[in-house]
Amino acid sequence: MNILPDFRLHRPATLDEAVRLKTQFGNPACVAGGTDLLVNLRRGLAEPRDLIDLSGLRDLNEIQRQGDELWIGALVTLARLTRDPEITSAYPVIAEAAASVAGPTHRAAATLGGNLCQDTRCVYFNQSEWWRTGNGFCLKHDGDKCHVVAKSDRCYATYHGDLAPVLIALGASAIVVREGGIRRLPVEDLFKEDGAHYLTLAPDEILAAIALPPLGAQRAAYVKARVRDAIDFPLTGIAVALTRENDVIAALRVAITGMNSAPLLVDVSKLIGKPWGDETATLLSNALRSRATALATTLAGPKYRRRAMQGLARRLMDQAWAQESTNESANE
Amino acid sequence: MKSILSVTVNGRRREDLVPDNMLLIDYLREVVGLTGTKQGCDGGECGACTVLVDDEQRLACSTLALQVRDRRVETIEGQAKDGELSPLQRAFHEKLGTQCGFCTPGMILSAEALLRRNPRPDREEIKVAISGNLCRCTGYVKIIEAIESAAQAMQAAAEAKQAAETMEAAR
Repeated sequence: MNILPDFRLHRPATLDEAVRLKTQFGNPACVAGGTDLLVNLRRGLAEPRDLIDLSGLRDLNEIQRQGDELWIGALVTLARLTRDPEITSAYPVIAEAAASVAGPTHRAAATLGGNLCQDTRCVYFNQSEWWRTGNGFCLKHDGDKCHVVAKSDRCYATYHGDLAPVLIALGASAIVVREGGIRRLPVEDLFKEDGAHYLTLAPDEILAAIALPPLGAQRAAYVKARVRDAIDFPLTGIAVALTRENDVIAALRVAITGMNSAPLLVDVSKLIGKPWGDETATLLSNALRSRATALATTLAGPKYRRRAMQGLARRLMDQAWAQESTNESANE
Repeated sequence: MKSILSVTVNGRRREDLVPDNMLLIDYLREVVGLTGTKQGCDGGECGACTVLVDDEQRLACSTLALQVRDRRVETIEGQAKDGELSPLQRAFHEKLGTQCGFCTPGMILSAEALLRRNPRPDREEIKVAISGNLCRCTGYVKIIEAIESAAQAMQAAAEAKQAAETMEAAR
């Protein structure tokens, strides 16, 4: 019995071959670990005619130094991110965020590229075919209306990836390859706020690697809320990268996930040059509130997710601020 | 479309003509006939379909059959050797780590993957290793005890073997 749609599977051995196939078949779906795409295919959430299996591309399965940057190939598994010595020593926040994704069996198969490009989710979308039939389908697939925002002309499915906010906070870049070309863009620019079309990659492009700038004096951390800590997607997630100089915030980048249709960088410019405390916490809270749009796309209500985001952000910043001072006193 | 899949299943190399869109679980259960691998949630949430691919645990419901080409797949049927239960199977039996039995193949293979990379896990590491495997009889305590017991038994067996070899060498 075959429950999956009838597709042709292509297994390129090189990146060149993969981008050629991508051009040739007009944006076929890509699969590597399969933990996101194959689950969706068996629920009838897409019907690709051609599927490119990227898992044989050895050149995308490397972690290597390039000048002062660390490049992580898109096929590196999340399990490897949790234990690779280069990652755990230089970017512990990435190892921690990777360890918090799903369960160990998912992490053994799931890749960095797949985690970043994972499909957006919604209670009206991630359901079996008969469930969706009863609802007349939805804007994201097979239908023409959104059940979350009535009369909406775009899909509000939510992005729930854990690594994107961390990479955005760290100022990482995405390396994107197409036939005869390569381009580099900030990770936040990989995404756009449209649940049905949430990636900015062109149909003939493949995400090949992530380039990480040095962490320097930044204290980076990630936290999320979910229903079952062992396995669920984040209901809300916040990543921060803080540079503390004496008693002021010298630099700060904050990114959120699980709230909007894309992982988003939050404008925290009002906090720069000020000490962390109740006043700046209020500024951060306002900045988060104006950026995040939690809607009824998850089983937990949007009000809970907004409050959890505020509470977790405060706790995360309190810890990062305190940790920074510990580091400094240790250096003195 | 169909393609040739050559793969080693439980130590035996085989070749089959399989459809491009066939999942590993359907290949194992319906082509190879190994129904010990269970189909639970169909969405990667329950871990019942866990098998080993090159010593690492893998969800057979979220893997295409053709993705394991030229690799080593192990299922619950391959765990007993020469009619002897594996240390984990024996421990699940003796410590009552099995109730209805539906999650057991996945539990044992997740535990097997853990013990191959970490022969002396602590309780926390065991809990993390099986955190993707659901037991709806909720017999987790006995399952964790069984894995601890198997790790100790394997450790004791390894030490006994080493002692025997030292004795042999000294003779």
